[in-house]
Amino acid sequence: MTREIQYRQALNEAMFEEMRRDPLVFTYGEGIAERGGSFRVTEGLLDEFGPMRVKDTPISESIIAGAAVGAAIVGTRPVAEILFVDFTALSMDQLVNQAAKYRFMVGGRGKVPMVLRTQGGSGKGLAAQHSQSLEAWFCHTPGLKVVMPSTAYDAKGLLKTAIRDDDPVIFIEHKLLYFTGGEVPEEEYTVPFGEADVKRTGSDVTIVAWSLMVHKALEAAEQLAAEGIEAEVVDPRTLVPLDINAICTSVRKTNRLVIVHEACKRGGFGGDIAARVMERAFDDLDAPIERVAGKNTPMPFNTELEQASIPQVQDIVTTCQRVCLGAKGAV
Amino acid sequence: MATTPLTKSKIAKSKLLQMYRRMALIRRFEEESIKLYRLDKIRGYFHPYIGQEAIAVGSCGAARDDDYIVSTHRGHGHCIAKGADVKLMLAELYGRKTGYCLGRGGSMHIANVAEGNLGANGIVGGGMSLAVGAALGSLLKEDGKVAINFISDGGVSIGIFHEAINLAAIWKLPVVFVIENNFYAVSTPISQSVSIETLARRADAYNIPGTCIDGNDVILVHEEMSKAIDRARSGDGPSIIEMQTYRHTGHHCNDPGKYRDPKVVEAWMGKDPITRLAQHLGAEHGVAEGDLTAIRDEIKQEIKDAIQFAEDSPSPSVDEFLAGIPDYSFEQND
Repeated sequence: MTREIQYRQALNEAMFEEMRRDPLVFTYGEGIAERGGSFRVTEGLLDEFGPMRVKDTPISESIIAGAAVGAAIVGTRPVAEILFVDFTALSMDQLVNQAAKYRFMVGGRGKVPMVLRTQGGSGKGLAAQHSQSLEAWFCHTPGLKVVMPSTAYDAKGLLKTAIRDDDPVIFIEHKLLYFTGGEVPEEEYTVPFGEADVKRTGSDVTIVAWSLMVHKALEAAEQLAAEGIEAEVVDPRTLVPLDINAICTSVRKTNRLVIVHEACKRGGFGGDIAARVMERAFDDLDAPIERVAGKNTPMPFNTELEQASIPQVQDIVTTCQRVCLGAKGAV
Repeated sequence: MATTPLTKSKIAKSKLLQMYRRMALIRRFEEESIKLYRLDKIRGYFHPYIGQEAIAVGSCGAARDDDYIVSTHRGHGHCIAKGADVKLMLAELYGRKTGYCLGRGGSMHIANVAEGNLGANGIVGGGMSLAVGAALGSLLKEDGKVAINFISDGGVSIGIFHEAINLAAIWKLPVVFVIENNFYAVSTPISQSVSIETLARRADAYNIPGTCIDGNDVILVHEEMSKAIDRARSGDGPSIIEMQTYRHTGHHCNDPGKYRDPKVVEAWMGKDPITRLAQHLGAEHGVAEGDLTAIRDEIKQEIKDAIQFAEDSPSPSVDEFLAGIPDYSFEQND
């Protein structure tokens, strides 16, 4: 049986289920206990699990991230929350030099089963320090896993997997997705890492997108379908580990690839995917791989400027049309 | 040279002899390892603990075997004090597969997780979060363990120092912060780094106990640590203990330490913690010099065996490394 619930409710259910399942799971962050979190993801946890397992912290992003490392090493499973992904800049030593490297440095004789939940993305007029998409930073650090769910279903299943995973997981939600609805089973389920989901099948062009951009890609695909271009939308769901095989399988079918991400194009993870597809499936490509990505700019406050800074549906449509020029069935 | 006597104490002679052995083992390990470093048998950075042995040994001696420690970049002493096997340590310094970290960590990341040493740290102060987190984990698990966090005078100026101690204080976490004040952060004297006389005064900002003691008096270290550990274990929260000491060498093996006044160095040499404990054992417990020589002879053999073990140990396999390591799930390179 499924029912429609919000992305934030799906995350909330994952927290309840995992904390009931395992008494070593606990969570803390800024305003997550009494207040239930800025996006109500941790609502109700304090009442059921008490102040030992659901804690409000001072504004201390470094120790929020770092205490999770120590607590994880000694066998608990912390879920630490950093309010905005932008603030992980304050946590970086702990994530990059401590969390990511610990298991490796100690020869596998210790592990770091922690989750850092945070949220990113633009679209609410929060300007340059509260709107970034910083996943590439974490993808560039061996030892971290990077998860970016686009739907309520994926959010719940991936968070449960993240909590059970033995390595540090950077779990990046999107601020515009919290109150979007989606079908979620009533029964328990998990979503494995490293398994992409084809959100729409198509034969003419593959669009790889994650987080909020999956929804823009799906909208673009509908418009493209009206003019005879069938786009396949592949959502990797986890960037590390990346299901490169699923992406290449789709490219072998469509022979065209467009990668869409909200993060700025320069140094973005789309470039890495493009390179890896060319290394594995160059002969299957009938057109150059294109990226539709954020502009290389700090996020502006003004609404029109903000919109102009990140990919819009029309940008994806236009790019797919260009990539498909001359293809069978395309305009 | 006459030295300052140690604090009188009720610590049993057998315990003091055990602490003497550990301190002498650290000293010998470091002295022999420095020779191996000069021979290029050991690469990378090597920060000797010579001169500071009383802090690691007195602190770990006051803790339970199952308590945690978090060490620093100058971590060999903590590792030995927490009961490490010098064979596996030296193998790690050699980068061998048989080392504590399979040759992946080396001197700056040496750890003995199974016995509660959560590891050295290449980031000055970077390990404070690990100690605070371990204490938080212990509180949640109600396992009664305490975390001892060794940091340095250099570590008190890093941002996480504030965040870590503040969190430990407000949540009353079972952790003891040991500031090993050897008066220099690499070459910068502490007087240029902080505007206070004693680093322990930082405790006032968090409303927790802060004391400053002679870190070369292993008995005093043991006594003060026992109190702080008991306090932490009983739920009263963290303490800061500043332990003043001096490194006999430069910052690392290649640093002659010329920024230090030779007279001051000489004065500190006269406060050598091992000599002081030896004199105490003789004066207060009637331990003959011959007994201590016998201990040192055993240690010589132990280190000799460790060197042989490291020499004979294989390097990690590059093929196995590139193929992905079974106990470490990093992504395959493609």
